[in-house]
Amino acid sequence: MRKGIAFALTVLGLWVINWILTNWLSEFAYHLQILVLIGINAILAVSLNLINGVTGQFSLGHAGFMAIGAYVAAAATYYGDPFLAARFGEAIPLNMLETGAFLVALLLGGLAAAVAGLLVGLPSLRLRGDYLAIATLGFGEIIRVIILNCESVGGARGFPGIAERANFFWVYGALAITTWVLRNLVRSPKGLAFPAIREDEIAAASIGISTTRYKVIAFVVGAFFAGVGGGLFAHFMTYLHTNTFSFIKSIEYVAMVVLGGMGSFTGAILAAALLTMLPEVLRAASEYRMIIYSLLLIVMMLVRRQGLLGNREFSWRWFLRARRPT
Amino acid sequence: MQTFLQQLVNGLAWGSIYALIAIGYTMVYGVLQLINFAHGDIYMIGAMAGYYLGLALGVVGEGSLLHFVTVLCGAMAICGGLGFVIERCAYKPLRRAPRLAALITAIGVSLFLEYMGQLVFGPDPKLFPPLLPARPVAAIGGVVINTIQITIFAVAVLLAAALRLIVMHTTMGKAMRAVAFSHTAASLMGINVDRVISFTFILGSMLAAAAGILVGISNPKVDPLMGIMPGLKAFVAAVLGGIGNIPGALLGGLLIGVAESMVVGYLSSTYRDALAFVILIVVLLFRPSGLLGSPSAEKV
Repeated sequence: MRKGIAFALTVLGLWVINWILTNWLSEFAYHLQILVLIGINAILAVSLNLINGVTGQFSLGHAGFMAIGAYVAAAATYYGDPFLAARFGEAIPLNMLETGAFLVALLLGGLAAAVAGLLVGLPSLRLRGDYLAIATLGFGEIIRVIILNCESVGGARGFPGIAERANFFWVYGALAITTWVLRNLVRSPKGLAFPAIREDEIAAASIGISTTRYKVIAFVVGAFFAGVGGGLFAHFMTYLHTNTFSFIKSIEYVAMVVLGGMGSFTGAILAAALLTMLPEVLRAASEYRMIIYSLLLIVMMLVRRQGLLGNREFSWRWFLRARRPT
Repeated sequence: MQTFLQQLVNGLAWGSIYALIAIGYTMVYGVLQLINFAHGDIYMIGAMAGYYLGLALGVVGEGSLLHFVTVLCGAMAICGGLGFVIERCAYKPLRRAPRLAALITAIGVSLFLEYMGQLVFGPDPKLFPPLLPARPVAAIGGVVINTIQITIFAVAVLLAAALRLIVMHTTMGKAMRAVAFSHTAASLMGINVDRVISFTFILGSMLAAAAGILVGISNPKVDPLMGIMPGLKAFVAAVLGGIGNIPGALLGGLLIGVAESMVVGYLSSTYRDALAFVILIVVLLFRPSGLLGSPSAEKV
């Protein structure tokens, strides 16, 4: 019951904010755009956190999963919309049809990315640490080259003309669902296996955890949400090019997870917000964006290896506790 | 047949360059168990150093062997110093940290060099000065071999031979092999492990610089992001040959170079960049220790 109310309130809240943003604050379109991009990056960072942060499987291929989700979802609405309009155009109002197609497309993108996650996860069973990093990087690049050679999604020319459907409501709704699902997954009794694998794989295996299974689950679930994030990205930018999904993009997400604290979902969201805003707030910094990312990675590793929030999650109780010292 | 032989010649030239970079990866991995992601960017700095040295020497039109050797030595010295500085500043403080921390730092150093390079050198490609005249030397049955390709191959072989001499027949080389075997045991024998690691970085970076110059004379466009792909491919070459194994890195580099130019010759150049990664994944799945490496058991 309480969960139902919380869910209803979240949906209502998001819808109201979205309504206010689009109707009253439309002159802040530029800020709104950044806000939505923060949401998309946060989905990617949170999903990567499951793989990199919680399970400790260092993946450098997250942009590849995102690319699959983006291209599959974009192709689904691009080729599916005319078909659906011709078939059901009279029976169902167009905007409902389009929203439905968009949601199905997001799901398809997520599922396609999850299949890729399965493919990437399987070899990862034999690899650890740095080898896994380079293998996932390789997978990401292979995916990119395959898409580049796919003429039906534009190939090297890029994929223009994707319907603009993602907005604040859908992006932050997806972020809320992603965070909720992943946190519950990790907090469930079985889900404790994920951090156990990160802390010590051999010890985890010795107490009967199927490390193989959990690593693959982490990859599949993480990839699914990365694919959904990619689908949102496609329907927000309305244009895709494979260059967007190079491994530099993967490194950006790694930087977010590292900055937020390996294993902290709210930390990943916080870091995604900070790192997305940084080049916008400091206009001069946009030129130095990648340099800032690189220094961030180095300095974090040298000075504060646990990231901003470390292993912890952000909680309102911190403030309550501060007010009532025990 | 003619295409095959021509692609083989081109592949061997590129493969020598990969091999030189791969040796650096493999040596650093041998002593530190670290994938030095920044290695590809040291190769880029080598090419950039070559560009500016060439300008400083005033090479226009056709250069000479003297120019080439001067620029080669200068770039190698600069990159050797850079390798030393990077190791001291970024990797040394992390000697006792988890390996993942060092890996993330290495990625950070790599990005830093790339984008600092964009800032300092400018993002657009630069035309490398023609240090050596490119003349066809031999044309056997329609297959053309030019001076550049011969130079690349010869320099790579010479440097590899010199490296083998250092590793197998000097005290420092012996110390390097000891450190690769075990840090603890080596330091108990009175070997200064930090100094050996620094030396390894200097050697590896010098080889990468040489690779940068060789790429500059054969493929005259140099830019700050040129190190990313060759760096990754050279790492794949090192894994293919068996990481930590110097002859393996040479073999892996040549194989990747030849395989790539075969793909370019017979399929399409768009698939070229994916090939190395396909090879990597296949090798990791079926023979993770590489062609010449020996399998090692995990210590608990």
